[in-house]
Amino acid sequence: MHRSITVTVNGQARTAEVEPRMLLVHFLREVLDLRGAHVGCDTTSCGVCAVLVDGVPVKSCTMFAVQVDGKSLTTVEGLAGNGQKHALQEGFKEEHGLQCGFCTPAMMLVASALLEENPNPSEREIRWAISGNLCRCTGYQNIVKAVQHAAATLHPQPAGRTE
Amino acid sequence: MAVTETEPSPGWLGKSVKRKEDDRFLAGRGNYIEDVKLPAMLHMAILRSPYAHARITSIDTSAATALPGVVAVVTGELLAQHNLAWMPTLSGDTQAVLATDKVRFQGQEVACVIAEDRYVAHDALELIEVDYEPLPAVVDPFAALAEGAPLIRDDKDGQTDNRIYHWEAGDPEATERAFAEADRVVTVDTHYPRSHPSPLECCGCVADVNPASGRATIYMTSQAPHAIRTVFALVAGLPEQNIQIISPDIGGGFGNKVPVYPGYVVATAASLLIGRPVKWIEDRTGNLISTGFARDFHMKGELALTDDGRMLGLRVKMLSDQGYAYADAQPSKLKAGLFHIVTGSYAMPAAHVITDGAYTNKAPGGVAYRCSFRVTEASFLIERLVQSAAYDLGMDPAELRRKNFIRPDQFPYTSATGFVYDSGDYEAALDLALEKAGYEALRVEQAKLREEGKGKLLGIGIASMTEALGAGPSRDYDILGIKMFDSAELRVHPTGKAILKLGVRHQGQGHETTFAQIVAHELGIPPDDILVHEGDTDNTPYGLGTYASRSTPVAGAAAAMVARKLRDKSKTIAAHLLEVAEEDLEWEIGRFSVKGAPDRSKTIQEIAFAAYTDHPPGMEAGLEGVHYYDPPNLTFPFATYLVVVEVDAETGEWKPRQVVAVDDCGVRINPMIVEGQIMGGLTEGFAMSAMQQITFDEDGNCIGANFMDYLLPTAWETPHFDLYETCTPSPHHPIGCKGVGESATVGSPAAFVNAVVDAVAHLGVRDVDMPVTSGAVWEAIQAVKGGG
Amino acid sequence: MFPSEFEYLAPATLDEALSLLAEHAEDAKVLAGGQSLIPLMKLRFAAPAILIDINGLPGLSHLQEDKRGRGFLRIGALVRNAALERSELLKARYPTMAAAAPLISDPIVRNQGTLVGSLVHADPQGDWGSVLLALEGEVVAKSATGERRIPATKFFDGPFTTVLRPDELAVEARVPAPGPRSFGTYLKLERKVGDFATVGVAVSVSTERGVVTRAGIGLTGVGPANIKAVDAEQALVGHRLTDKAIRRAAELAAAASEPRTDVRGSADYKREVVRVYVARGLHQALAAKAA
Ligand SMILES: Cc1cc2nc3c(=O)[nH]c(=O)nc-3n(C[C@H](O)[C@H](O)[C@H](O)COP(=O)(O)OP(=O)(O)OC[C@H]3O[C@@H](n4cnc5c(N)ncnc54)[C@H](O)[C@@H]3O)c2cc1C
Repeated sequence: MHRSITVTVNGQARTAEVEPRMLLVHFLREVLDLRGAHVGCDTTSCGVCAVLVDGVPVKSCTMFAVQVDGKSLTTVEGLAGNGQKHALQEGFKEEHGLQCGFCTPAMMLVASALLEENPNPSEREIRWAISGNLCRCTGYQNIVKAVQHAAATLHPQPAGRTE
Repeated sequence: MAVTETEPSPGWLGKSVKRKEDDRFLAGRGNYIEDVKLPAMLHMAILRSPYAHARITSIDTSAATALPGVVAVVTGELLAQHNLAWMPTLSGDTQAVLATDKVRFQGQEVACVIAEDRYVAHDALELIEVDYEPLPAVVDPFAALAEGAPLIRDDKDGQTDNRIYHWEAGDPEATERAFAEADRVVTVDTHYPRSHPSPLECCGCVADVNPASGRATIYMTSQAPHAIRTVFALVAGLPEQNIQIISPDIGGGFGNKVPVYPGYVVATAASLLIGRPVKWIEDRTGNLISTGFARDFHMKGELALTDDGRMLGLRVKMLSDQGYAYADAQPSKLKAGLFHIVTGSYAMPAAHVITDGAYTNKAPGGVAYRCSFRVTEASFLIERLVQSAAYDLGMDPAELRRKNFIRPDQFPYTSATGFVYDSGDYEAALDLALEKAGYEALRVEQAKLREEGKGKLLGIGIASMTEALGAGPSRDYDILGIKMFDSAELRVHPTGKAILKLGVRHQGQGHETTFAQIVAHELGIPPDDILVHEGDTDNTPYGLGTYASRSTPVAGAAAAMVARKLRDKSKTIAAHLLEVAEEDLEWEIGRFSVKGAPDRSKTIQEIAFAAYTDHPPGMEAGLEGVHYYDPPNLTFPFATYLVVVEVDAETGEWKPRQVVAVDDCGVRINPMIVEGQIMGGLTEGFAMSAMQQITFDEDGNCIGANFMDYLLPTAWETPHFDLYETCTPSPHHPIGCKGVGESATVGSPAAFVNAVVDAVAHLGVRDVDMPVTSGAVWEAIQAVKGGG
Repeated sequence: MFPSEFEYLAPATLDEALSLLAEHAEDAKVLAGGQSLIPLMKLRFAAPAILIDINGLPGLSHLQEDKRGRGFLRIGALVRNAALERSELLKARYPTMAAAAPLISDPIVRNQGTLVGSLVHADPQGDWGSVLLALEGEVVAKSATGERRIPATKFFDGPFTTVLRPDELAVEARVPAPGPRSFGTYLKLERKVGDFATVGVAVSVSTERGVVTRAGIGLTGVGPANIKAVDAEQALVGHRLTDKAIRRAAELAAAASEPRTDVRGSADYKREVVRVYVARGLHQALAAKAA
């Protein structure tokens, strides 16, 4: 039995018929053709599928598409605005916060939720916030710097905060 | 030794150019295998064996086949009719595509469902009925080699036991003599546990065979598309020109994506039989349970020393647990890869290395996980031995290293096992690490904490690693007979922009930027104007692929060499344009000018335009070339890693407090990218030492087939790294590079383990096997307490 | 990654939810945060015919104190672990819970997972069960036919089983309000973020004039279910938190554990960690009281 759902994705309303068992990540990738959310495990461990549902990071492999009916989603495709890179996208490039790129969209989305809550996070706070997202390439250090880079762009501070 | 000239590095070398590949990944517009969609595409799912060793008595696929949406169910029997049930491995062994007679490891591929939809394909898997007759599983490699062990590979003619190979290096007699002269012998007996590279993207492919034309286009997560195409031609009997392998963006590889996997072969066969594209995306369980694992070496090392701390000789026995097939991508002459680099950074007068490989009822593989053919295990063993020897001698571990390092004036240095080390200054790297870490103060703090006896301990671990990479010279290195050269093809377009095509395939290492910088450095065309193209066998020159840290040493050299060829041609064109003799021209990056008249010059862009519009009479048009680079030697990067850990003596919990890495990889093309590689490598080194492990119970059930059991560190556990460098160029690489992608994975595990052992060494602990869990540390402390 | 087919029901009111549960009982599963259930469904270890999604129900997101009787904390069935982690109320008055919340799974999973769902899931390695046992909490269950309050000590019925009936919905968990001098913590040995406990220890003590009036000790990961270390608790009540009393309680807690040897560590090791952590937790209580 298919169900009709309507979701606002990156500001646009999208309606589709889905099987209840379809995972949100498959809905995004296969139905909406938004390929930034990836799949890296089958145990809700790796976080490369993370997107924002009503501004909150969720692992889109552990939610059914029918559950987001009526909700608002942000995916990496919605980060940039008016052809301009988001500060996080700038930060990741400037600080070499990505290598293979597979975990990057989810990392940036989770970081964007962090920066909403905490505009000037310390290294420890960033490491804590992204601890549901695995990365195999970078060793995380440059991801931390990338997030700090973005924080500095979005909320310039008189002096950089340390621990 | 010096075969090609090494140049000093102005221009584009040493510049942290931001990566050209980033923008598409940042926008979520990478093109990974899961993103590849073709019209009329079908989906494949794999049924795996629940048993480690069992005879298959029957497979009933009727209910699965009848399920609406299922197009076909493929079994080994069907493949056997097409002579495809078995395939060769990259080490010249064979491996089942789908099991016919027996299953030989838990998770082995038994049948595949091809369906219109992935959910339906998985519904159908539940409907396949397989009857198994369980057989005793062989899970211990020592037991596998014992008399009367169940024969795992009874399919192989002439195979009467579970031995795969026996291979030796070094000089047994000289080593005997060294041990006879020694004042003392220090032993380390350890197991480098079975690890798995686990790139975050699993394996997969989309096979598109056109039955009318016979042409097969296969999108595949492959680090070595050319080599795979050749294997496919051999397996499937397809003419090689009809196979195109395209490796799209790869979400990490680390060696896991070098071998040929059954999924690729079945999807291709199914596409051929059905006449529609077939997509297979592996799940994580499949990835961990069946694809190329790494390590699993049981090693015993003995180091012979004098009482004043001089190393006299090294004797090593190693048994490799290969699983049921010998499926590494291994140079064919070197059965245990480069494990004989085990003498490390030390002037070791004599060495003897004895290696054996055994079949067990485990997944095949033994891939070089972020490692140049088993140098990781070797480096671990020698660096553990040196620390144990230091304790035995009552010497400082740093001092013992210093005393035995190969000295800078000894290069090129021929090691006791036959390597010719190109260049190095090990003491400089060690000294810098000690200075940056504040070594003396750390030792004082360590002593103080021990005295306080409050249960908090400090440990300092060092590893002074030397590795051998850049395989390799064609006289010694081949895979299935194909020599391990690599290649680059460069075309400069009329507008002065260029495309560089390579036989390697990056998975995040930044080739699109680094290799553009090499050409920029050689020709003066800015990196932004150079497109780097890899991973398409129809449109790149033949090469062996990206693994074992070989891309920059081999393909990078090829890029420099082909650029130089084009520069030579450019000179002729410039002379023609400027109407002077070639001898009257001089080169500075980006232009030829007339000696003594610098304003009379032609830029490379002007020359490129002329190559198509106004080339000298008699000369071929165009500015294009190809170079196949056969390296004269391996390169030998080195490093000192120094790790400081805090250990809770009551619970064995430990965590790194400081990690200092001094890497010397020769010339750094893009320091930002090099440092990224080192930090990634350190993280995997930490991961292996602290948590990554795949184990098996006595029935061969795999423990570690998902990310709840096979642990990868998060940002929270991963320490902060302090990076430093020294630079000792390779004398034989065209731009002095040595390769760096794996140094830190190779060298750092010993530093982490040494640090934990060092924290509890005063209690008498000498060894803790990896992964160093808190429980393992606690048990080690109990063992020395109990033993008095 | 590909769950079996199921029918999806998303009731809009509690009554509707309860009547659906009554109707479908054995065939249906409640979907709360989904962070235990969906992973099982993805691997097809669970394949319920019907999912009743309670996320749209009003009135289950409360996290507040109730002053009735001796007072208690109410945690609605849709209160997420992330809300518990950020709660100032917990930090101020329920330190055992405040300490446990951030150690459960990872930050993204905490955005969905619920405390009540975790209790119903009854994973012997789940952390909330031990906390509720230590704090002597209870679960409020509702069905179409009525409501009952089940003390934590009676709620768990072995690994992954509870006494909740299939037609019942757990609507909230309750934890008694702390006395004036109370302290608690949760200590967890995990191998990495997102790992289940090798050992988890929930500690909670109340004192009057330096003498322990109530002690709660819950143990995670060291038995077929969460364990309430009753002997250790009783050994503390009526005594001052001296080194000796702490040592004795820690030993009794270790003795109450029934760990198994596995890749996380040997049984001996886990028992020792229980001993060390209980002692540490109680020493922290002592230090907090002194401050
Ligand atoms: C990667 C990962 C790591 C984790 N680590 C930990 C950890 O360290 N410690 C820990 O304790 N947990 C851990 N968990 C589990 C996590 O905390 C879950 O969120 C929690 O156990 C279940 O809560 P839920 O709301 O997600 O329940 P669901 O998954 O929705 O449901 C779980 C079960 O309870 C039933 N159920 C749920 N709510 C109700 C209700 N109100 N009434 C009746 N039945 C109900 C469901 O039918 C189902 O059977 C981890 C999970 C993941 C994915």
